Amino acid sequence: MPMTITEKILAAHADKTEVRPGELITCRLDLLMGNDITAPIAIKEFEKVGATSVFDPDRLTIVLSHFVPAKDIKSADQCRIAREFARKHRLKYFYDEGRGGIEHILLPQEGLVVPGDIVLGADSHSCTYGGLGCFGTGVGSTDLAAAMITGETWFKVPESMKFHFYGRLGPWASAKDLILYTIGQIGLDGATYRAMEFTGEVVERLPVDQRLTLCNMAIEAGGKSGIVAPDEVTLEYVKPRAKRPWKLYRSDPDAAYHSVYEWDAGRIGLQVACPYSPDNVKPLEEVAGVDVDQVFIGSCTNARMEDLRIAARIMRGKKVAPYVRCIVIPATHQVFQEALREGLIEVFSEAGCAISEATCGPCLGGYNGVLGAEEVCLSTSNRNFPGRMGHPKAKVYLASPAVAAATAITGKITHPAEVATGSA
Amino acid sequence: MNLYGKAWKFGDNVDTDQIIPARYLVTSDPEELGRHCLEDADPEFVKKVRIGDVLVGLRNFGCGSSREHAPIAIKAAGVSAVIAKSFARIFYRNAINLGLPLFETDAAERINQGDDLELNSATGEIQNLTTGESYRAHPLPVFAREIMAAGGLMKYVARKKGLA
Repeated sequence: MPMTITEKILAAHADKTEVRPGELITCRLDLLMGNDITAPIAIKEFEKVGATSVFDPDRLTIVLSHFVPAKDIKSADQCRIAREFARKHRLKYFYDEGRGGIEHILLPQEGLVVPGDIVLGADSHSCTYGGLGCFGTGVGSTDLAAAMITGETWFKVPESMKFHFYGRLGPWASAKDLILYTIGQIGLDGATYRAMEFTGEVVERLPVDQRLTLCNMAIEAGGKSGIVAPDEVTLEYVKPRAKRPWKLYRSDPDAAYHSVYEWDAGRIGLQVACPYSPDNVKPLEEVAGVDVDQVFIGSCTNARMEDLRIAARIMRGKKVAPYVRCIVIPATHQVFQEALREGLIEVFSEAGCAISEATCGPCLGGYNGVLGAEEVCLSTSNRNFPGRMGHPKAKVYLASPAVAAATAITGKITHPAEVATGSA
Repeated sequence: MNLYGKAWKFGDNVDTDQIIPARYLVTSDPEELGRHCLEDADPEFVKKVRIGDVLVGLRNFGCGSSREHAPIAIKAAGVSAVIAKSFARIFYRNAINLGLPLFETDAAERINQGDDLELNSATGEIQNLTTGESYRAHPLPVFAREIMAAGGLMKYVARKKGLA
């Protein structure tokens, strides 16, 4: 029976030759992940049932990312619980502040996620990993706790939806625009319980950084996972960093899909998700000119080198608009260092941006850029529900790093072409 | 097992940022999380909700982040079950794992704020005592019912692994 890439990966991890959508299966897991918010609950549940050892300490990674460096006593205590557990169980891949970063950018960067994997992450944006051709999905802390004991979990095999992008991306457009457009088209629950498979010449030309962005927001359409078939681009990224062997899967040409969407990327243009939902998506032109108080360039969606390079290209030699602040948070410590070496940090600093060590911080209204009532923020992150970045009456617009950088310079939602010198 | 409670009606896409805002994720203490349940959606909710009451949403209840703090907060606020037209996937898993009964049915639309409800989590039956209507939710998959019957995923796994 022909299968999709997702079905093949799931079948292989359930020791089956084939699986069908709707089937309940138990899969072996290649990597488990918890962070400073989700791991402490998992640890409590793990210890409560009397478990004493993790099924494989090299396959459980804990990444402190959300509220680090600790923002208050309570968050320090959460980190301490995670840190002590990592030490006690000798977790090989434990990442503390100053060495790690946001998990969804860190784990691919460190070669801990490889093509063909099943990665179970106690964070909804664990679908990001699909950008490398693996099955990554988010769960809650109790699912993580159970998997920490057994090394496996149950899945209902999802139906797959295919999103095929042909043509060429327009000037300044990126994977962020493709995924915002997709969510706008199918809605906040348009892919619930399903795998979102991204294909086509446009996707094949995307660098890994952008493929990860594309898959990152699958959850904003309710998707169980997002995936891009691995190719030469993937391997070039994976080979120098992989900590485990990988396996390449592709969908069969006659595999069955729940639905297939084919879009001309050249007609999509720059997209903005407006308050208060990631599916309230409009072309940039319709919201251009909206005044903002804050711009945030960061989060697991858009804070990789690619993202910072494009933002810096637009901001070089310019200043953040008066009465507007711009916060830049490179996603990992390594991204920060690379950005430092490339001179990007200097560009942001000269422009008057506030720059910090890696953290999820403002994306979820945690700290380091929380919004007050009625404040307006343009953010490169992934959610804009009421209260997501602070006060429930604050308004968040989601867009790409190029739009964010241009908006920081003018103080109004702005097309990058208006402020950039040189071409896209 | 029959549950009785008053309906608290919400709309589409009740997301986890509304159920428990991230500013409270510095703790996993159920009592503290319960005190802030749904406060950005309805600041009066926590003051007025009674033990056993039922949350009623429409489409895509629990969308957004994977935070288990959401079903923990709902349970700790005293809510006995959630009825919705559909649930977001991670919330659905989390609720089953924690033993919070979910009822998935289009009839969620027919339930009004304040209706008195009687629910049976084993059969999926819902009696609307205010309107006299009765509805039936999609039954949970057998696997999920086994987890619920064991008292949640951890008890289920512990028993399978011989830990408890």
